[in-house]
Amino acid sequence: MSDNDAAQDSGRGNDRGAVTEPSPRFPFVGLLKGMGLTFRTMIKRAPVTMYPDVKEIPVPRARGVISLDVDNCTVCMLCARECPDWCIYIEGHKEEKAPSKPGGRVRTKSTLDRFDIDFGLCMYCGICVEVCPFDALYWTPEYEYSTYSLVDLLHNKQKLTEWLATVPEPPYIET
Amino acid sequence: MNFWLLLVIQVVVMLALVLTFSLVVIYVELKAGSHMQGRIGPYYAGGKYGWAAPLADAAKFLQKEDLAPAKADRTVFGLAPYVVMMSTLAVFVVIPLGPDLVVVNLDLGVYFVLAISSLSVLGVLMAGWSSANKYSLLGGLRAAAQLIAYELPLVLAVLAVVIQAGTMSLNGIVEAQNDVWFTVGSFDVSLPFIFRGQIIGFVIFMIAAVAELSRIPFDMPIAESELTMGYLTEYSGIRFTMFFLGEYASLIGLSAIAATIFLGGYGFPGVSGDMANYLGPFILFGKIAILAFFIIWIRWTWPRVREDQLQSLAWTWLIPIALANIFVIAVLKVVL
Repeated sequence: MSDNDAAQDSGRGNDRGAVTEPSPRFPFVGLLKGMGLTFRTMIKRAPVTMYPDVKEIPVPRARGVISLDVDNCTVCMLCARECPDWCIYIEGHKEEKAPSKPGGRVRTKSTLDRFDIDFGLCMYCGICVEVCPFDALYWTPEYEYSTYSLVDLLHNKQKLTEWLATVPEPPYIET
Repeated sequence: MNFWLLLVIQVVVMLALVLTFSLVVIYVELKAGSHMQGRIGPYYAGGKYGWAAPLADAAKFLQKEDLAPAKADRTVFGLAPYVVMMSTLAVFVVIPLGPDLVVVNLDLGVYFVLAISSLSVLGVLMAGWSSANKYSLLGGLRAAAQLIAYELPLVLAVLAVVIQAGTMSLNGIVEAQNDVWFTVGSFDVSLPFIFRGQIIGFVIFMIAAVAELSRIPFDMPIAESELTMGYLTEYSGIRFTMFFLGEYASLIGLSAIAATIFLGGYGFPGVSGDMANYLGPFILFGKIAILAFFIIWIRWTWPRVREDQLQSLAWTWLIPIALANIFVIAVLKVVL
């Protein structure tokens, strides 16, 4: 076991290139180096995006908020059931649909009445997006939906559908 | 001039100077500290560069409720910030801003400064004890242990200068540094004490001063990860503001002492006579600003040392070195 560890360590050392000898330790050199570092950082421009004035562009796969494609949703409730903290509220009802052929059987179709996600509870795990069999849920990088009150973080179907417009194009699939 | 009128003018001018300068130092701490960490710091307050952030902070603190714990010793609890503040502000009584610009030119100026500035230990202990809070008590005791340990090297470092200058008056010490030390051809050279063999004393003084201020790397009394806020834990509102301002005022005070004793005070090569009275304050404040920036710079760079390391640094390193420094200086004073 220990031999194995040693072998791995030396392997990592080789990856880095030449083995660095520990430099001779002079007292307080580290402290002075630190002071040099902070001074250099101070005179450099702070790597800060001045947010409300300048908008940061998030990466396309950023987990900003979850959007909903109502047309794809079949009210199967898989997302609501898989949600670890039960922050998805779904209600639906069945509607009768005219038979496709005259004399055929009357079909039923599930329609969505309510689809709310409480982003005050959501922990952005993305299980609902993963589990949706009909691609009704998408991540979008939209992030500007903070509110002054916790209850305002409960977003309904309309709001989630609005965010659908901000879903980035799916990445090119290699064949 | 009427004695009382003069007194009021002196108090008001000194208070205004010190408190304004404290606010400036607080601003620099906020801003420079932020930039040292790759942040922006205050930005919107006051329109540009967040210059009004310390004022806004002060206004915010003053609005807060002045709370005291139910079991606190009210009288002592209320008195503690004033003790700290007074001991801090009293230092400026003897700091000379110019040859004639000094509130009182005491013959025992150095003694007065060291005695009055160590009174703040009392205030800190009062705050720690009266808060009826274990964190406060531990913080207060740590502060007392630390301030007593570092008062000694501080005094010993100053003592070496007193021996070299041959006077305990702060004005006298500054004048001793402005006197001609030696001449190169027809050019008179006068150097501050830091360049006259007091470099070790200066380093010891600055280390001890940072410890006296209980700032990082010696901020065990308020070590927030261990003691929440030490002896400040239970304070809020105007009393916390007093402690806060007092901390920065004493930063300026100790920087002013260091500047006066080691860096030549209001003196500057080529500035003499009447001009020294006009330019003196600016020169002194420039030197204080450099030292204050240095202390801030250390604070945002170095980690905190451990309590036992702090004590062993003072007792096994600084005090023996300071004693040896005094010995060497005294011998040289007699020999040369």
